[in-house]
Amino acid sequence: MLNSLFSLFVFPGFFFVIFASLAFEYADRKIHARMQNRKGPPWFQPLADLIKLLAKQSIVPENADRMLFRLMPIVALAAATASILYIPLWRSNSLYAFDGDLIVVFYLLTLPTMALFLAGWSSTSLYSLIGAVRSLTQLFAYEVPFFIGLLAPCILADTWSLSGVAEYYAKMPAMMLVNVIGFGVALIALLGKLEKVPFDIPEAETEIVAGPLTEYSGWALALFRLTLDVELFVGASLLAAVFLPFGFGLPAWAAFVVYILRLLIIVGLITLLRTLFARLRLEQMVNFCWKYLAPAALLQLVINLCCKAFLSQ
Amino acid sequence: MNRIKIPVGPQHPALKEPANFQLVLEGEKIYEASVRLGYNHRGIEKACEQRSYIQDIYLVERVCGICSHSHSTAFVQAVEEIAGLQIPPRAAYIRTLIGELERIHSHLLWLGVAGHEVGFDTLLMYTWRDREIVMDLLAELTGNRVNYGINTIGGVRRDVSPEQLADISKGIDALEERTKYYIQVATEEATLIARLSKVGFLSHTDALKLGAVGPTARACGVDRDMRRDDPYAAYADLDFKVIVDNHSDVYGRTLVRAGELMQTYGMVRQLVKKMPAGEITVRAPRKIPAGEAFSRYEAPRGEDVHYVQANGSEKPERVKIRAPTLANLSAVSKMLEDNYLADAPIVIAAIDPCFSCTDRALAIKDAQKGAHGAMEWGNLREYGIEWHRQRGIDFSDLNKRFAKLMEKN
Repeated sequence: MLNSLFSLFVFPGFFFVIFASLAFEYADRKIHARMQNRKGPPWFQPLADLIKLLAKQSIVPENADRMLFRLMPIVALAAATASILYIPLWRSNSLYAFDGDLIVVFYLLTLPTMALFLAGWSSTSLYSLIGAVRSLTQLFAYEVPFFIGLLAPCILADTWSLSGVAEYYAKMPAMMLVNVIGFGVALIALLGKLEKVPFDIPEAETEIVAGPLTEYSGWALALFRLTLDVELFVGASLLAAVFLPFGFGLPAWAAFVVYILRLLIIVGLITLLRTLFARLRLEQMVNFCWKYLAPAALLQLVINLCCKAFLSQ
Repeated sequence: MNRIKIPVGPQHPALKEPANFQLVLEGEKIYEASVRLGYNHRGIEKACEQRSYIQDIYLVERVCGICSHSHSTAFVQAVEEIAGLQIPPRAAYIRTLIGELERIHSHLLWLGVAGHEVGFDTLLMYTWRDREIVMDLLAELTGNRVNYGINTIGGVRRDVSPEQLADISKGIDALEERTKYYIQVATEEATLIARLSKVGFLSHTDALKLGAVGPTARACGVDRDMRRDDPYAAYADLDFKVIVDNHSDVYGRTLVRAGELMQTYGMVRQLVKKMPAGEITVRAPRKIPAGEAFSRYEAPRGEDVHYVQANGSEKPERVKIRAPTLANLSAVSKMLEDNYLADAPIVIAAIDPCFSCTDRALAIKDAQKGAHGAMEWGNLREYGIEWHRQRGIDFSDLNKRFAKLMEKN
């Protein structure tokens, strides 16, 4: 009992996730800044931002649905944080692994976007409204390629448990090369999920101020920003577990170092992409996702099905 | 689909200065757009009438933070024309040199802002870093980064040394290399092109009809540049091409500005090479004889027009300024139509707007009496209270309600 409470709240649960997310936000911001020829923030900046926002007054707009407005950041953060329980980190089995936990993780990772939509919708500001609709439209564009890109490797591993997938690829590292397209697709779709350039359309600063978060302030804003960090961490962990399953067999500390390195590769790639591109328009983004990303994901699916048929012979 | 009206400004992250754009949206598409000015009127023209010509140079220089030299040059040119002064060739060259360096810093600034408006912050960081080269040059030449204070009636106030000219050549070489890279980025980077081309279309006819000026007009195929068409300062001695483009969209405006940067580097090199020796100023009278003059200057944003009327005293009778943004502003609402909301910031930014330079005040006329009404503070206050009361808002117990609210919290 005490053991599971410890793992839920402290390690690798809530607190670990929060601090790891802040650390990776720092990594993201620092790499981004260095690539843009800037100095970048000091290491404690994400934590300082969080504390500052938590200390500030949270204002609810007069016409907003107060209940929904305050509930949404909590729902978003809870969902994003809970998904870490089913993702293998530096050991190939996750905390509460079962067959089908992949679907649960998908569900939990979709919830923050839905919460963001409801948050924008309930704040009744024009900018929030447009941002909310944009984030939902964007969801329909990246979600399908994201799912297919991550499900394809599972078909080869013949399991719908993330731990099973990680174990399968850890045993046969050569098989990872089959999933290269899926990795690219999932990475790009993750950019959409995290609302980062070139897919930061819902919160495009120069167009709609801060999108769904325009009316948010204080702790509610802090929780939403934390949710995005947690999503970055969880998303990177998910991709690392499925596409880069290295070092599970090593001693604990070495496995942990390898795990951090794997995450840094993925976060680094995300940062590189967001440094390189300009923000797309919504219709360009949807076009791109359905015209190029979804077919690429389907191609990966076909490759994996063929591979499976070949292997089972 | 329901139409919603969304305000962009007066306070909005896309705008660097207060202005208001009312966009009527159909989904993500802009159905109608209207522009409203008047948030930043400073009364500079009127203030000029109460100051001497020398003071006015510095006042006029502060019309714009970016193209300050354009305004002060346009003003002194008009005054010199009335006074019949012929400035020494070296002064004309120094004026042109500062003017062209200013164009470099303005266009690089624009490139960065354009990058920011389409969410390409890397471009912003890079161009603004390189812009520091020209800012340092300007600081070295004039002592200031923006308001240079180098013009005076009858010439310029500071000479340039041979070492400074050498520094300029070095800086220009570095900038030229960087600009070539940015041209490559602008013409090859797919997401940037996707965001810029076919956005904010303004046809050649519309550009002429709405009186667009500067790069905005030249990107629509309007071949017009005051530096060539009505040469002032040292431009008659310089060899340069006027960049004209036929894309008629934001992409074209980017190409025109980038092309102009390359031309400007060539012009600065010629200026440095040909810089004549001699005096930098002629003696100007304190009282300017009665007369009037009209001066045109090709500012980075387009044709800047100053009109000065002198009455023989040491203060001007009338100063009239038309900054280039005002000429381009009417084209903006045309350009915004049928674009996406996402394009509104870049379309507005593409004219390189400078709202406070261009801002106008409204004089309210009583329709019945036909007279200009002037209101005292007290009357205005009463009028405001009455206006709100008629609309069901009563301010008389506001203080009480506020106190109650504070108590509750």
